[in-house]
Amino acid sequence: MYSDKVMDHFEHPRNVGEIDNASGSGTVGNAKCGDIMKMDIKVENGVIVDAKFKTFGCCAAVATSSMATEMIKGKTIEEALALTNKQVMDELGGLPPVKIHCSVLAEESIRAALEDYQKKHA
Amino acid sequence: MNHKMIYLDNAATTAVRPEVLDAMLPWFSAHYGNPSSIHAAGREAKIAVETARKQVAAAIGALPQEIYFTGCGSESDNWAIRGLADVAKGRHIITSAIEHHAVLHTCEYLEKKGYEVTYLPVDEYGFVSPQAVKDAIRGDTILITVMTANNEIGTVEPIAEIGAIAKEAGIPFHTDAVQAVGAIPVDVNAMNVDMLSMSAHKLGGPKGVGALYVRKGLRISPFIFGGAQEHNRRAGTENLASIVGMGKAIEIAAAELEEHGKRLTKLRDKLIGGVLKTIPDVRLNGHPTQRLPNNFNMCFRYIEGESLLMRLDLAGVEGSSGSACTSGSLDPSHVLLAIGLPHEIAHGSLRLTLGLDTTQEDIDYVLSKLPGIVQVLRDMSPLYHMDKAKENA
Repeated sequence: MYSDKVMDHFEHPRNVGEIDNASGSGTVGNAKCGDIMKMDIKVENGVIVDAKFKTFGCCAAVATSSMATEMIKGKTIEEALALTNKQVMDELGGLPPVKIHCSVLAEESIRAALEDYQKKHA
Repeated sequence: MNHKMIYLDNAATTAVRPEVLDAMLPWFSAHYGNPSSIHAAGREAKIAVETARKQVAAAIGALPQEIYFTGCGSESDNWAIRGLADVAKGRHIITSAIEHHAVLHTCEYLEKKGYEVTYLPVDEYGFVSPQAVKDAIRGDTILITVMTANNEIGTVEPIAEIGAIAKEAGIPFHTDAVQAVGAIPVDVNAMNVDMLSMSAHKLGGPKGVGALYVRKGLRISPFIFGGAQEHNRRAGTENLASIVGMGKAIEIAAAELEEHGKRLTKLRDKLIGGVLKTIPDVRLNGHPTQRLPNNFNMCFRYIEGESLLMRLDLAGVEGSSGSACTSGSLDPSHVLLAIGLPHEIAHGSLRLTLGLDTTQEDIDYVLSKLPGIVQVLRDMSPLYHMDKAKENA
């Protein structure tokens, strides 16, 4: 039911962890629904130079977190804000329909981390 | 793959036993008669069906004429409840909160039709209280339905006590024994049950065939209208080979019940004990001893069940979980919620159900892999990090 790319990111998730003194961080989702995502980003000169995540959730949640961190690295704040869950899903080769809601969290966690950054640097 | 797959999902389905398959094969093409036909081919098919009926009846202490073959355990549950509701005078049904969806969704359907249903709560182990059943009985109660053993957490219910209460009150008592038959002793008279649902593929038989026991004299409406099959109550040409397979499978399972029960209980306890010893922040779901011999169900805090299942699968172990992501809904298992678990803990459940071919080495292998897998997922979990930081503060 999962694509090879999803399985690869689930089995070998990229960028798991936390960033000390992160420029911005955001936590979305809740344990009741079975998905929580925490995203840390490091921004230098308006560019995201590092991103790390921690996720409590299913295979799709882990894979989308992992892929999302890969996709925002090297992007400007504006570019990262434009990232959608659909783009993350497409990059993963799609998700089963019942799992699409899991991918929304990846987009939301990035947005939360970026908003946190913007608040700190307003 | 560097390791053979270890199948620990026998509560979902079992392999057809080789002796069962051998017994079934001739009935596909060599002997393909319709049991309703008058000629020789029909007569031998009829005899095969009736032999299977005797085998099923013998396994649960019933009479052959009290056994009706169905298409599956869910059909048996649907038929028992709807069939009884159709003819009974009264509008109230008593059941439990932890029943299989085949029972729960049938009850919900009847609620829409104007029936009232009491869903009895269970305690932390998943036990239904016989006293609570007694207290729930009303003047218009038409049926009590409580499962013999729970499919998720393995809890074996006090069926004989509930049966005695139902008998005293004169109310028909149905039990879903799909997980129990072939696993623990089941006797319809000792348990005072009036209807009992069974399924072949849970006990070494084929998929697509089940049976419903209906006590002689109890009236329920027919489930399928048509020919005279199954005493005019469930029409349709019999699933001949599968019925033969169910008879054979249940006969063997009943004969080997004690031996396998002892062996599986030992392996199960080794698995539970091993996990409790090597992995912190876990909890056993269901009762430590009053549970099916092959059932392991535990919650692993801070992690989500589907991730755990997939990692186990990658390591060569096939199990199941009651997390939302595996149920196809947003809520975790209704059974785990009913025993009082908060959502976040219920999401992290793992069920492993042992089978005939499960070995000591299989259990050792699982115990060697599980702690590492759990730790990888916990290291990835923000919940684990937050809680541990709190503990260290």
